[in-house]
Amino acid sequence: MLTLEPHRAGPVKQLFTPVWAILATMLAGGLLFLLLGKNPVEAIRIIFVDPLFDPFSRSELFIKAAPLAIIATGLSFGFRAGVWNIGAEGQFILGAICGGAVGLAFYGVEGVYVLPLMALAGMAGGFAWAMIPALLRTRFNANEILVSLMLVYVATLLLSALVSGPLRDPDGFNFPESRQFHDSATLPILIERTRIHIGIPIAFLISVGAWLILQRHVFGFHIKLMGAAPRAAHFAGVSTNRMVVLCLGISGALAGLAGVFEAAGPVGQLVPSLPTGYGFTAIIVAFLGRLQPLGILFASFVLALTIIGGETAQFSLQIPAAAISVFQGMLLFFLLAFDIFTRFRIRRGVAGVA
Amino acid sequence: MENIKNLNSQMIVTGAALAALAIFGLMNGISPVLLFASIIAAAQPLMFAAIGEMVVEKSGVLNLGVEGMMIIGAVAGFATAVSTTSPLLGVVAAALAGAALAMIFGILTQVLLANQVATGLALTLFGLGLAALVGQPFSGIKPPDFPEVDLIFLSDAPIIGPLFFGHDLMVYFGLILVTLTWAFLTFTRTGLTLRAVGEDHDAAHALGYNVIAIRLAAIAFGGAMAGMGGAYLSLIRVPQWSEGMTAGAGWIALAIVVFGTWRPWRVMLGAYLFGGVTILQLNMQAASITPLWLIVLGLFLAAVQVTVNSLRNPGPVDRWMVGLWAVTVAMGSIAQTYPISIPTQYLSMAPYLATILVLVVMSADKLRTNLNAPAALGRVFQRSN
Amino acid sequence: MSELLDIRGLTKAYPGVQANSAISFSLKRGEIHALLGENGAGKSTLVKTIYGLVKPDLGQMFIDGTQFEPANPQAARAAGVAMVFQHFSLFDALTVAENITLGMANPPPRRDLAQRIRDVANAYGLPLDPERRVGTLSVGERQRVEIVRCLLQSPRILIMDEPTSVLTPQEVATLFQTLRQLRAEGVGILYISHKLEEIRTLCDTATILRNGRKVAECTPAEQTAHQLAEMMIGIELERPLPRLFTPGETLLTLRDLSIATEDPFGTDLREVNLQLHAGEVLGIAGVAGNGQDELMLAISGETKATRSQIVFETTQIGHLAPAERRLRGLLTAPEERLGHAAAGEMSLADNAFLTGRKRQRLDWKGFIKPISTANFARAIVKRFDVRTPGVEASARSLSGGNLQKFVIGREILQRPKVLVVNQPTWGVDAHAAATIRTALRDLAASGTGIIVISQDLDELREISDTISVIAAGRLSTPARNGSLTNEEIGLMMGGPKEEAAHAHA
Repeated sequence: MLTLEPHRAGPVKQLFTPVWAILATMLAGGLLFLLLGKNPVEAIRIIFVDPLFDPFSRSELFIKAAPLAIIATGLSFGFRAGVWNIGAEGQFILGAICGGAVGLAFYGVEGVYVLPLMALAGMAGGFAWAMIPALLRTRFNANEILVSLMLVYVATLLLSALVSGPLRDPDGFNFPESRQFHDSATLPILIERTRIHIGIPIAFLISVGAWLILQRHVFGFHIKLMGAAPRAAHFAGVSTNRMVVLCLGISGALAGLAGVFEAAGPVGQLVPSLPTGYGFTAIIVAFLGRLQPLGILFASFVLALTIIGGETAQFSLQIPAAAISVFQGMLLFFLLAFDIFTRFRIRRGVAGVA
Repeated sequence: MENIKNLNSQMIVTGAALAALAIFGLMNGISPVLLFASIIAAAQPLMFAAIGEMVVEKSGVLNLGVEGMMIIGAVAGFATAVSTTSPLLGVVAAALAGAALAMIFGILTQVLLANQVATGLALTLFGLGLAALVGQPFSGIKPPDFPEVDLIFLSDAPIIGPLFFGHDLMVYFGLILVTLTWAFLTFTRTGLTLRAVGEDHDAAHALGYNVIAIRLAAIAFGGAMAGMGGAYLSLIRVPQWSEGMTAGAGWIALAIVVFGTWRPWRVMLGAYLFGGVTILQLNMQAASITPLWLIVLGLFLAAVQVTVNSLRNPGPVDRWMVGLWAVTVAMGSIAQTYPISIPTQYLSMAPYLATILVLVVMSADKLRTNLNAPAALGRVFQRSN
Repeated sequence: MSELLDIRGLTKAYPGVQANSAISFSLKRGEIHALLGENGAGKSTLVKTIYGLVKPDLGQMFIDGTQFEPANPQAARAAGVAMVFQHFSLFDALTVAENITLGMANPPPRRDLAQRIRDVANAYGLPLDPERRVGTLSVGERQRVEIVRCLLQSPRILIMDEPTSVLTPQEVATLFQTLRQLRAEGVGILYISHKLEEIRTLCDTATILRNGRKVAECTPAEQTAHQLAEMMIGIELERPLPRLFTPGETLLTLRDLSIATEDPFGTDLREVNLQLHAGEVLGIAGVAGNGQDELMLAISGETKATRSQIVFETTQIGHLAPAERRLRGLLTAPEERLGHAAAGEMSLADNAFLTGRKRQRLDWKGFIKPISTANFARAIVKRFDVRTPGVEASARSLSGGNLQKFVIGREILQRPKVLVVNQPTWGVDAHAAATIRTALRDLAASGTGIIVISQDLDELREISDTISVIAAGRLSTPARNGSLTNEEIGLMMGGPKEEAAHAHA
C-alpha cells in the first residue's frame, strides 16, 4: 500500500510541477486530437510551438499575456489567503465600462491626463464591483465565490445594455457598440507595426510590486498566514474582514485595470464581445504560476500561447474554439494532480502517526 | 402567530414569491395555473443539480464543478438521445457522463488531496470546453420528444390537471428522488454514516468507516444528478443544444443548497423559488412590464423574511422591518405610477441578483447556518493509520 | 484456561520512531490493567493495534487462546474489543442515539435502541437522553456516550484511553464505580493513564512502558506514586520549589466580562471578574469546554470586549486588537499549538515573526527584517533547547514538546508584563513540561503576572500562587493555592448547574 507523508518539496521541485503539467497536457491534448481525427503532432506544434516563431504571433503573445498577468497577480493575493474571487471577469468588464465611459465622456478632448483618468476609473469600477462580494461576505457572511460569480453574468448583461443604450455610438447605425476611442484615450503603441502597448510594461511593474509586497511586506506575510492557518492569523491580530476587503479590492482593481487596457488598447471601443474569458483563464494562470508573481508572468505567457495557438488551429485545423478551454481545464487538472508530489512524499508501506 | 413560528423561512419566502407570481398572472391575464406549471419545468434542472450537490456537501465535500457537470450532462444526453432516438437513454447517458466527470474531481480531491475549490473550478472550465467541443455537430437539431405522462382524466381536469398531472416523466422522477434522498439521509444507516463523515472525517475514520469511499460515492451521485439536470435542460426544457446553455444554472444550484440549509425539502422549495423568478422574468420580458416590479418583489421577500425573524425573536419591533415595508410600498407605488421601461438585459439579471439576495438573507444568521452546515465541508481528509 | 487477552512481542516502527518494540503482557478476566507511561511511550500505538487501527510489524495477539488479527476496528469490535478514545470520536451535530448507532456493528432498530440506551445507562448509573444533540453535552456526558456505546456491545475487553483527563474529581469517582462494576462482571479493562494516584486506587496490575519498551510490570497498590513515576520516567525530575509570593501592583483587571461565544457549541462568558498582580501566577482550573477558550480569546483580543471590561495596568484595552495589546506587554499562548499558536506550514522564523513583530521590532515600515527575525527565532531555539535542524524548518516538523517550548519561549523572550497560557504542557513529554513550568516560575519571579489555564489540577497545584475555577463561563474568586482541597475545587468545577442536577437525583 502507498501512503502519503507531509513534506515540503524544495523550490526547484516546486518549479517543475507546472512544467510536468504542461507536458502532460500536451500529451493528453494530442490524444484528444487523435480522437477528433486530427494529426496530434501537427496540432501540438501549431498550438504550442508555432506562435513562438512567427513575429506577429510573438507580439500578440505579449498582448494576451499582459491582461492575464495583471488579473492573475491580483487574484493570487486572495487565493493565498483563502479568499476566492472567481468573478474577475465581471470586474474586468466593469473596469472596461467605467474606464471606457470616461474615455467617451472626454471624446475629442486631447490631453495626457485622459488615459490616467480612464485607468483610475477602470480600477475604481473593478474595485467597486469586487466590493459587492466583499461587503456581503463581511457583513452578511455570504459566500464570495457564488456572489462574485453571479456578478459576472450581471456585468455581461450590463455591458450589453450600456452599449446598446447610453454608450452607443450615435453615428453607428444602431449597432450595439460604442464609438472608437480617440487618440488620447487609446493606449500608446510602443513598438511600431505591432500592437504592443504601454500596458505591457505596466503589467511587468505590477508583477514586481506584487512580489515585493508578498515576499517582504507584513501584508504579504499576513496573507500567507491567513491561507496557512486562519486561526493563527487571527491570533497574530489579522482581521479576517479587513483581509477579505483588501484581497477582493486589490484583485478587483487590477482586473478593472486589465479591462480598461483591453478596451483602450487592442479593442479600441466598447463592444459586447469585449470579455473573452480573461478573468477565468487568469484563475488557471494564477495556479500555474504557483501564486508567485514571477511564476504568474511565466504562466501568463503559456496560457497566452494556447489562446493564440488555439486561434490559429481554428483556421488551419478546423478545431472548434472550445478545444482550447478543454486544454486549459486539463492543464489545471494535471497541475492539481501533480501538486501531490510537492506537498507529500509518497512511501511504500504503511506510515502513520504514533 | 404560533403557526408562523413553526413554518420555516424557506416555506414562507417561497410561498410569498409564488403568491406574488399568482397575483402578477391574474393582473396580466395569464393563468396562474399555467404559470405554476411552467415554474415546475423551470425548477426541475435546478432541483436535480441542487439535490445532488446537497448530498455531496453533506458528506463534507464542496464540489464547485456543478456547472461543468450539468453542461456535460446536457450535451451527453442530447447527443445520445439524437443518435439513439431514445430520450430515456439520453437521460441515462447524461447521468453517467456527469458521474464520470465528477470522478475526476473525486480522484483529484479525495485521493490526490487537491484543493476542492480549485478543482471544482477546473471541472467547470473543462466541462464547458468539452461540452462545446462534443456538442458542435449537434447545434440546431431538434431532439426526440420526451414521453409525457398522460393520465387521461386527471390531466384534463381543470386546475389540478395541468398543475399536478400531465408533466413529463422526469418531474415525477425528480419528486421521487427528493423523497428517496430525504429518507436515505434520515432513516438509513448509510445515510447516517454519510452525515457523520461530513461532520468529522477523522472521527468517522477512527470508528472504522471508509471516508474516501463514502465521499467518492457521494461525489458520483452528485455528478449523476447534475448530469440529469443538464439533460432536462437540453432535452425537455429548451429543447435544443447550444454552447453554454446552462448559463449559470449550476452555480445557482450551489446557492440553492445554502438556501435550503442542507435539507432536501427546503432545497426543493429553493428550486421552485428560482424557477419562479425565471418564469416571472421571462413573462415580464414578454409582456414588457416595468422591471421596477422585480425590485418590489425582492424588497417584498426580504421584508417577509425580516418580519418572520422578528416575530420569532421576542423583543421590540425590528426597525429594519418597518423600513423595509415602507420602502417596498413606496417602490410599489412608483412602479405603479411611472412604469418606465428599460432594456431586457436588466430583466435577465433577475435570477443572478435573486441568487445574491438569497445568499445574503440565508447566510446572515451565522449561528443557525453553522448548525446545519456540515462541519467538515471543504476540509481535506488525509488518512492516518 | 488461557488468558482473556495475550499480547506477545508486538513491534511497530514508524519512520524514525520505534513506537513499540517486543511488548508482551496479558489481561485477565475481571482485571483492570493499567498501561502506564508518559506521552510518546507507545501506549497509544499499542492499544490502536489491539483495536485494529494499526497493523503491527511483528508479534501476535490472542483472545481466549485464539489468534487475533483485526484488520479494522469492526473486526476488533466483533471479537469483543471496545475502546473509549481520549479525544472522543463523537459528532456534535448528531444525536446521542445516532452517535451510538455509528459505533455499533449491528445496531438495533431506532425505537429499540433508545430503550436499550436508557437501560444500560441506568444499570451503570450513567443517565443519558438519546435524543439530545451531542454538541450540547458537557465533556463528562460525552464520555458517557462513548462508554454506553461500548457497553451496548457487551464487550469482553474494554480499552479506556486517558479517560479522566477531562473529568471533575466527582465524575472520576462515578467512572471508577462503573469500571469496578464491569470488573465484577468479568470484563477485562485496559486502562491507559499517566496519573499515578488513579492507577494506585483503581488498577489491579500495571504494565509500564518507556520509549516503546515494557520496562516493568507490578501491582500498583504495592508501590508508592514516587516509585511508579521513577519507573515511568527513568530519571529523577527537578521540580520548581515553592516560593513566597507577595502580590505587586495590579497588572490586569477583568470587570464583569460577559461575551457571547461564536462557536455553536461553545460557552458564553458570564460576568468574569479577575485581578492579576505583578509576580503572581494565577491558575485557572476547570473541565474543558467551560469557557476557557472564550476567556483566552477575550484576553488576547481575538474576540472584542467593550472598552472598560479589560484594564491593563491603568488603560482600558477591551476594544484593542491583539497586536496592540501585545505591544503594551500583554502576551498570550493559546492551547492549540498547530493552527492557532503557530502555522504548521510556515517556518519557525515566520512563526517567531507572528507574535514578535511589534515588541521585537522585526519590521521596518511594514517591511520584514529577515535577519533580525531569524536571530529572534534562533534565540528562542537556543534558550529553550528546541530540537530542530534550524529556524527554516516548518513548525509542523517539530515534535509536540519542542513546538510547545518554542511557542511559550517566543512569548517569554519578549519579556511580557502579563502572560496568559492555556494548557501549557498538554500532550508534552515530562522533560519539556518541566522546562516550561520552570520557565514560567522564573518569569513570574522577575515580576511578570502570569495566568495559567489548565485542566491538570496537579500542574496548577505545583506552579500557581492563587487558584480560581471556571465553570459554565463563570470564574470563581481566586483563593491562595493550598487553602482549598482538591474536593472543594472539584465541586466548583462541577459548577452550580451540576450541583442542582445532583440535588434532583
